[in-house]
Amino acid sequence: MVQGLLKDGIAAGRLAPEQYAENFSDLHPPLTRHEAIVEADRCYFCYDAPCMNACPTSIDIPLFIREISTGNALGAAETIFEQNILGGMCARVCPTEQLCEEVCVREVAEGKPVKIGQLQRYATDVAMREDVQFFERGAESGKSVAIVGAGPAGLACAHRLSMHGHTVTVFDARPKAGGLNEYGIASYKSTDDFAQAEVDYVTAIGGIDIQTGKALGTDFSLADLTGKYDAVFLGMGLGGVNALRAEGEDALGVDDAINFIADLRQASDLSALPIGRRVVVIGGGMTAVDAAVQSKLLGAEEVTMVYRRGKAQMNASAFEQDLAAAKGVTIRHWLAPKRVLTSDGRVSGLELSYMALDQAGALKPTGETTTIACDQVFKAIGQTLSTDGEGVELAGGKIAVDAEGRTSLAKVWAGGDCATGGDDLTVTAVAEGRDAAESINRFLSGH
Amino acid sequence: MADIRNNFVGIKSPNPFWLASAPPTDKAYNVERAFKAGWGGVVWKTLGEEGPPVVNVNGPRYGAIWGADRRLLGFNNIELITDRSLQINLQEMKQVKMNWPDRAVVASIMVPCEEDAWKAILPLVEETGVDGIELNFGCPHGMSERGMGAAVGQVPEYVEMVVRWCKQYSRMPVITKLTPNVTDVRRPARAAKNGGTDAVSLINTINSITAVNLDTFSPEPSIDGKGSHGGYCGPAAKPIALHMVAEIARDPETYGLPISGIGGVTTWRDAAEFMALGAGNVQVCTAAMVYGFKIVEEMISGLSNWMDEKGHKTLDDFAGRAVRNVSDWQYLNLNYIAKAKINQDLCISCGRCHIACEDTSHQAIMKEKDGKRHFEVMNDECVGCNLCVNVCPVEDCITMEALAPGMLDERTGKIVSGEYANWTTHPNNPAAKVVEPAE
Repeated sequence: MVQGLLKDGIAAGRLAPEQYAENFSDLHPPLTRHEAIVEADRCYFCYDAPCMNACPTSIDIPLFIREISTGNALGAAETIFEQNILGGMCARVCPTEQLCEEVCVREVAEGKPVKIGQLQRYATDVAMREDVQFFERGAESGKSVAIVGAGPAGLACAHRLSMHGHTVTVFDARPKAGGLNEYGIASYKSTDDFAQAEVDYVTAIGGIDIQTGKALGTDFSLADLTGKYDAVFLGMGLGGVNALRAEGEDALGVDDAINFIADLRQASDLSALPIGRRVVVIGGGMTAVDAAVQSKLLGAEEVTMVYRRGKAQMNASAFEQDLAAAKGVTIRHWLAPKRVLTSDGRVSGLELSYMALDQAGALKPTGETTTIACDQVFKAIGQTLSTDGEGVELAGGKIAVDAEGRTSLAKVWAGGDCATGGDDLTVTAVAEGRDAAESINRFLSGH
Repeated sequence: MADIRNNFVGIKSPNPFWLASAPPTDKAYNVERAFKAGWGGVVWKTLGEEGPPVVNVNGPRYGAIWGADRRLLGFNNIELITDRSLQINLQEMKQVKMNWPDRAVVASIMVPCEEDAWKAILPLVEETGVDGIELNFGCPHGMSERGMGAAVGQVPEYVEMVVRWCKQYSRMPVITKLTPNVTDVRRPARAAKNGGTDAVSLINTINSITAVNLDTFSPEPSIDGKGSHGGYCGPAAKPIALHMVAEIARDPETYGLPISGIGGVTTWRDAAEFMALGAGNVQVCTAAMVYGFKIVEEMISGLSNWMDEKGHKTLDDFAGRAVRNVSDWQYLNLNYIAKAKINQDLCISCGRCHIACEDTSHQAIMKEKDGKRHFEVMNDECVGCNLCVNVCPVEDCITMEALAPGMLDERTGKIVSGEYANWTTHPNNPAAKVVEPAE
């Protein structure tokens, strides 16, 4: 038994040093050229392909796969980047089993879809490794646009605006650009500092100035931006975290999953990162899975995910749930946190209520409870907008936008997780940022 | 259990699978291994005349084309005839034939197109006790530049002349191997028959360049930056070979002339098809070169099982059965009307049939029904061309359904006739005359 695994409480260095590198290596090792060509041959080059229609960024998937099959990986990369300049990260983090691969005709026919995500990664890796740029900055328009948030939505918006010749300044509250790509995704999905490499690749088009450590509401106001720039795009994501509303949640050892994931991504030495012996993750989404799996990989002995509804209602995809189970995470359903048990101000356990739907279909505690002993609790129960909107109309806790990403304020657009619209996915954020850029460009060009 | 013993122009072998004259039959070592593996016979790698043997290139002599997973589809070579001495080959052939009396051993021969050259080599070959000879009039590369191989096979008069010499100076059965690099393969076949050949074998390889290296701009296979055309074979060559076999099998002038079928035979099914089109047996090379000699086990078992399933007791029961069905276009029944039908339970909605038909054919497959993705043949547009069947990735999902006599062809608005009618009698044919039989 490795030293430290059974140590109670929250402790660092539970694993042998070399074990960390193995645990946090690439979840899906990249396809080799031959593997890619063989896999590409499985694609039927469907007419009006279902995969393409399922992609929020509408990448021409059959075309890029055909390009891979002929040894034209750069052509494939261009086809991908035309629609999705963050195609490299999307290839790694997209829940493809719920998007393109779910509707692949070979999934329908055989239960074995073409590995679209892995093929996309193959092509984009080639282009990024060779540092081939496919797009040029447009002729200077003389217009300037401010973007709040250097995450997927902001970067996609900035790139497209630069293609139209606009000058872009991107503000981000964090020390590094990338948003959730840099801070919010499990380490084994984005190895080798890929998020920063992608930021560099996207901004290489020129005309994009990223200013980090500058937050809306703290360092500047929305009015400052609308006064100074010709247009503003808000893509700052959801900075706040929902409260548990359970007794004792201020105890030491109760943390936000999103912060844990960010710390993990930024850690230079994983063996210095403390983790509980017994960890409970509350939530049923991707963030919950990322936190749970990585807790296990860091050496936690027992990791339990608890979700207040059933398996079918979990936001985490079936693939993610299976991944968690395969890594040794126990997933328990129909349990909601009632009380954090503490000992000397530290977490010692979690009391949970069994939940059920009543006759009207409302989720209610059954009255029965159970307790899970633990040293650490991660909350992954959703995030909230961290500003009041600064005058922009909100809807359901998010910035209200129309189909083009326009907000209630003139000159102000929004997209990504902070805005109403599609799912909270990287690929959706990219699509919204890109489309808002087109809308902004039409506005700035007087069309 | 089906009897797959073969008797080809008096040459007996336990099965109809022979190895063609090629690298796998270049020496006793290979041939012994082949016989151990179960091959019914071999045509020994082509012998040249006495004297210094030919030399081969010392770089790549094979080229290929592949499917995505490097499955070899087509193959070519620029290898010449045996580069070992005649005496060694003859000694080995004699020994192997003694060791394997139940297997067929045939000597392939290629010497200059001179009577003395043939007169000299034939007794030497006959002395070995081999079962017969095959005249290599097919090799399209290298030797043909020296007036041999395909250079002979392309001139029917030469074919007839050499065959006549062989029949004159030898008692051995003569198989004349034909080149496909001609406009009409029936002409050299007729010439061989007129010369007295016992059989023809075909096809030899097809003139080819498999690829061009786009870095060096050299054809492949490349010898020091240059390439020469090679002989093409393998699975991709099979349709060409089948056609040529059928042309000879149904030609009134060569009807009944035994044929040894060659060209892309890879499985028992290929062999059965060649034999159905008139071949008495088959010769294999590429498949053995790609997978080794063991493939003959599959061929033997597959052919036997199929024959059992179909009730064919011997090879003769199905040999030539397809020949009568090979027809000139003008005799095809124009009153036969078929329509594509998509099995909606099997359809995976890839849309390939739709786009193929829409872009390149007859706009006869809908892509949507009631606002949903749905692919269905429109019988009033379908001409029955079969393109959708061929592009569909799902086996048996799209089938061609013949309209029974009396049914309405929605495309033409006419009732399907049960009468046979072909182009020769069609009103649109300016030269229309009375109906002739399909044969």
